[in-house]
Amino acid sequence: MNPIIVFAEYSAVGIAAGGIYALIALGTVVIFKSSQTFNFAMGEMMMLSAYFFYTAAVIFDFGLLPGFILALVGSIAVALLIERFALRPMLGRPFIAIVMVTFGIGSIIRGLVSMVWGPTDLQSPAILARTPVMIGSLFIPGKTARAFAVAVVIVGGLIAFLRYSRAGIALRAAAADQITAYSMGIDVRRVIAFTWVIAAITGCISGVLMANVNSLTPNLGLVALNVLSVIILGGMNSIGGVLVAGLIIGWLESVTGFLLGTEFREITPYVLALLILLVRPTGLFGTAEIERI
Amino acid sequence: MARVPSIIWAVALVVVLAALPAIVPRYWIYFAGILGINIIAVHGLNIMTGYTGLLSLGHAAFVGVGAYTVALAQSKLGVPFYLAIPLAGLVAAIMGIAFGLPSLRIRGLYLVIATLAAQFLLNFVFVHWQSVTNGDAGLTVLPATIFGYPLNTETRAYYLILACDIALTVFAINVIRSRVGRAFIAVRERDRTAEVLGVRIVWYKFVAFALGSFYAGVAGGLLAYFNQFVNPEQFGLVLSVFFLSAVIVGGMGSTLGAILGAVFMTLLPEFLRGGGLAIGTAFGFDIAAILVPLRETIFGLLIVGFLILEPRGLAQLWKRAQQKFLTTPATIPITLIGKQGDNR
Repeated sequence: MNPIIVFAEYSAVGIAAGGIYALIALGTVVIFKSSQTFNFAMGEMMMLSAYFFYTAAVIFDFGLLPGFILALVGSIAVALLIERFALRPMLGRPFIAIVMVTFGIGSIIRGLVSMVWGPTDLQSPAILARTPVMIGSLFIPGKTARAFAVAVVIVGGLIAFLRYSRAGIALRAAAADQITAYSMGIDVRRVIAFTWVIAAITGCISGVLMANVNSLTPNLGLVALNVLSVIILGGMNSIGGVLVAGLIIGWLESVTGFLLGTEFREITPYVLALLILLVRPTGLFGTAEIERI
Repeated sequence: MARVPSIIWAVALVVVLAALPAIVPRYWIYFAGILGINIIAVHGLNIMTGYTGLLSLGHAAFVGVGAYTVALAQSKLGVPFYLAIPLAGLVAAIMGIAFGLPSLRIRGLYLVIATLAAQFLLNFVFVHWQSVTNGDAGLTVLPATIFGYPLNTETRAYYLILACDIALTVFAINVIRSRVGRAFIAVRERDRTAEVLGVRIVWYKFVAFALGSFYAGVAGGLLAYFNQFVNPEQFGLVLSVFFLSAVIVGGMGSTLGAILGAVFMTLLPEFLRGGGLAIGTAFGFDIAAILVPLRETIFGLLIVGFLILEPRGLAQLWKRAQQKFLTTPATIPITLIGKQGDNR
């Protein structure tokens, strides 16, 4: 086959996979913007949601939509518990202490999930059609393409929500200046809890999609560590930035896999993250909040 | 407490440790060896994370660099152990600086990400640089030899590890007491103020990072001699989390804490296994299957629990216990007792 067509196909698949990265990154950035907390447990929250969905939809056989709603409720409950009992006591503590707490939470969830559901792969129910999508002569696997479409819709909806709703405006106000937001009568604590709800929603959706495209294992959450480079590339505090960066990283992973061999896929995000740190630590779109010392 | 008794205690401890192989079964000596290696690695992470506030999620990878350095220096160049071990530390320190270079100049999350990148990239190299590292199969290492006398049993290797442990613990204590150590703490506590007072922050961050990685490399070198083989699986992210929890549980920024944390975290999985198997046979289910995730869960719980409830770790609990049990009523100043009746 024409190598250019193959390259284009890999590119399209990569960009489509990047949609989920953008979704995960969005959840992380929203928390980071409002409370300067970097959530290392994002991937595990995502993975746990996928297991919730599996349990509700397959083990208890509630059906797909009720199963998904139950998974969503479960994920939000877990996120609120984490925020209330692990992160609120850490308010005002050093940044790295908070990072370590979220890292510890990730470890707890990963261990618990393996104990409850077992370490083996599970087959998540098919929610996305397999029929491939053709763009011109480009062939894109059906699940990846549809997952991308879902991610675009959700991301679009969330951005509109953050921009126009009252809660979204409160959130942006708290992110811009906490003290002023307080004095204007915004309950910053509730805003922070609310960002965890948003993270739970994006995590749940991306988890269910990801488990559908790949398979469901306790290591599903490690994918979210790739999202670190998305966040670095996009700029830690730029929502638009991470959306673009998600697509770029997805594309790069796929193309590197094609050009150098699949084993290089897994390190692409990290190599890129190091390069960005070296060249432009603010990322593509981050505002210069970098503190050089 | 006065200073002289603490030295006597230290000497007594060393004597007991030296006599240990004569007292306890051989299986314990294997453990003591692993524990000694972990203590060195945790000292390193404690210097970075505990004293200087530089969080590293890639410590295991630098331990791996040390281990591979020893394996390769021995097989390709025939370097004897007394050169190979410092070399392991040196190579790990250089790798540490290489990864830390871009992000040590910036505050915040960036170093965390760089160290995580180091964890995955170095492990990738261990697995995929087949021609040098032999991939997943790993490399075998011959035991260290002193004057033609091979340290080929657990007991013999134990003494090598014990010697390194004593030297590096004493060095860590002294570094922290020195100008350099005070600079580390200043960087952690108030970096801007430190800068104003003339502490070159970036330089000291480099020193801390290089020193911490050096400790990791030495630990890795000893591990290679102790296990007599090296493979990539030993140096995964789980090991990095293990070291981090040891530092946190022991008490960040305390050399005693690093030791207590390493002891606690090394023994914990054994107790888990022992206790788990006992419970498993009593209730008739197979607990061995969930031992690995159980360990991961407990590591996480310890990290979160100690950070929230006692961020100064076991070292602080130890100090409190000491005060409680070693302070007799007579040593409490009369004035304080007198004040107790007041609104204290």
